[in-house]
Amino acid sequence: MRILASLKIAGRALLRNKMRSLLTMLGIIIGVGAVIGSVSLTSGATKQVEDQVSSMGSSVITVFSGNFTSGAMRGGWGSAPTLTVGDAEAIAGLKDVVAVSPEVRDRAQVLANGLNWNTQVMGESPEYPHIRNWGVSRGAMFSDQDIRSLAKTAVIGQTVVDELFPNENPVGQTVRIRNLPFLVVGVLTPKGFNLFGQDQDDTVVVPYTSHMHRITTRTFLNDILVEASSDKTISNVQDEITDLLLTRHRSKEQDFTVRSQLELMQAVTATSRAMGFLLAGVAAVSLVVGGIGIMNIMLVSVTERTREIGIRMAVGARAADILVQFLIEAVTLSAIGGSIGIAGGVGFSTTVAYIKDMPTVTPFFWIAIAFVSSAVIGIISGFYPAWKASKLDPIDALHYE
Amino acid sequence: MQTNPVIKLAEIHKVYHTGEVDVHAVRGISLDIFPGEFVAIMGSSGSGKSTLMNMIGALDRPSGGSYLLDGTDVSTLDRDALAEVRNEKIGFVFQGFNLLSRTSALENVEMPMLYNRHRIVSHEQRERAMQSLDLVGLGQRADHHPNQLSGGQQQRVAIARALVNKPSLLLADEPTGNLDSQTSIEIMGVFQKLNDQGITIVMVTHELDVARFTKRMVILRDGKIVTDEMVKNRSIAETELQRLRQEQQAVKLAS
Repeated sequence: MRILASLKIAGRALLRNKMRSLLTMLGIIIGVGAVIGSVSLTSGATKQVEDQVSSMGSSVITVFSGNFTSGAMRGGWGSAPTLTVGDAEAIAGLKDVVAVSPEVRDRAQVLANGLNWNTQVMGESPEYPHIRNWGVSRGAMFSDQDIRSLAKTAVIGQTVVDELFPNENPVGQTVRIRNLPFLVVGVLTPKGFNLFGQDQDDTVVVPYTSHMHRITTRTFLNDILVEASSDKTISNVQDEITDLLLTRHRSKEQDFTVRSQLELMQAVTATSRAMGFLLAGVAAVSLVVGGIGIMNIMLVSVTERTREIGIRMAVGARAADILVQFLIEAVTLSAIGGSIGIAGGVGFSTTVAYIKDMPTVTPFFWIAIAFVSSAVIGIISGFYPAWKASKLDPIDALHYE
Repeated sequence: MQTNPVIKLAEIHKVYHTGEVDVHAVRGISLDIFPGEFVAIMGSSGSGKSTLMNMIGALDRPSGGSYLLDGTDVSTLDRDALAEVRNEKIGFVFQGFNLLSRTSALENVEMPMLYNRHRIVSHEQRERAMQSLDLVGLGQRADHHPNQLSGGQQQRVAIARALVNKPSLLLADEPTGNLDSQTSIEIMGVFQKLNDQGITIVMVTHELDVARFTKRMVILRDGKIVTDEMVKNRSIAETELQRLRQEQQAVKLAS
């Protein structure tokens, strides 16, 4: 028998009991809707985290100096003077290392235009914007020449621009840091808040040499930012840095810590993945319940239509024809339910995204999975009733009252 | 008459194993029915006529004996092969019409073609179904649903459905059982007309009045044939109808 004719028969049988068909589909609709909705929300959250992490530079490795311990008191990361500019230069010579920026950080009062602002002053190399995946919107980054000459040049973040140079182009103007005049050569593209709620634009970046010799009088770095050539080489580079620094520091104990953004990203996404799996598990259970509903209704339908089955068999329908007819009916129910569920799930997550201002992503992969699994549920739950129908004896079926 | 019978039953037996007692419903029936015949199988309830009917209709297999339908041995076929035989060689007409409800007359008639071994394109299905409906005089009602048709009209749709696959045999099980006497005569008229066109008809009935419209009467008792004879004084539907109308006229005039 042709599939088209079977579809027609199935459609007519389902339309005959519109309310019943709708209620039967409801189980699948809710199940699929829950799957798509939860997957959309969690993958939206995951993507948000991934975007933020990659905005910090996804193949970035940070080397922190060790913790400073004095007696029983232990300082935090970066408190011990263990990392030197020499370490940074040695790391730059490693294979698969694309860029290195020695980093020194300090907070300072910054003055300009008769206004003042307390902000983070960072000493970095000219590679810094590249490593942090951060553009310069106006002017340019300071140069290697500035590093060598301990130049008093600075690149400032948007928040600092807003606070010190309202309605003015800061490029070419001067800011005073600890009473030293620095020429503003560039403005960093606004980046917003990071994962931890810090305003990344509230910063002034100067050559690390100027920072260490003019603003502060440090000889040690807080940390070293390293960019690996790709995500794949990260762990390899991490190992090499560890080996290199252990040799250079001639210490048995590791007086530094090597961390990558990838680790951070994995930690954060693992949490939201676990959440997603949990939701998908709940949704899968409701899909199974929906499948049981379909089986139930198909059994009722087979009993109700015993005489119809008898007539069809009398005029020449084979067992396989009857089986296919009822299977198609069950699959039609669940596939339509699945489609409505997909639409509902996408609609729900879009609404939530709109109201709660959360990003949502519905991966096509999951839409396909939801559709296929609802069809499979139709086949599984429709099979027993259909098989039962196909095994009816035509004589008994014809005389069924 | 031709030498090749449409139906050739030889020593057919049917035993039902229900519970502890075996029911021997058909006990050795041999019967030849030739093309163009119009046979009534009669008998009281329990005579085995329904069982015989089911076997002739390839709905059931005999426990013993052989059954050749149009030259093929049906008694040994499996379920699917029997379904194919029913589809291609037999047209059924039932007492309760057995039409699919909420389905137009045309689609009811098209239904057997869905199960044909050979694909029939839909416009050809439509054409053949219309021809079939025209044959029973219901071409005008093709789009009506069974609940919009009278009993006689429904039975005509059923006959059209039975004929649509051009079977070698039309099998009717108490086709007038649910109809009043005038409609019964009309339906018998349809059968007679079809038989005049060469269609072989076997009909099960317990009413002698109805059986008199056929050409040959086979009477069963206790699973065996007790009488097999040609019908004398055969009723012709048209004259019977005319007589019925005159009687009704007379009743009207008298009152």
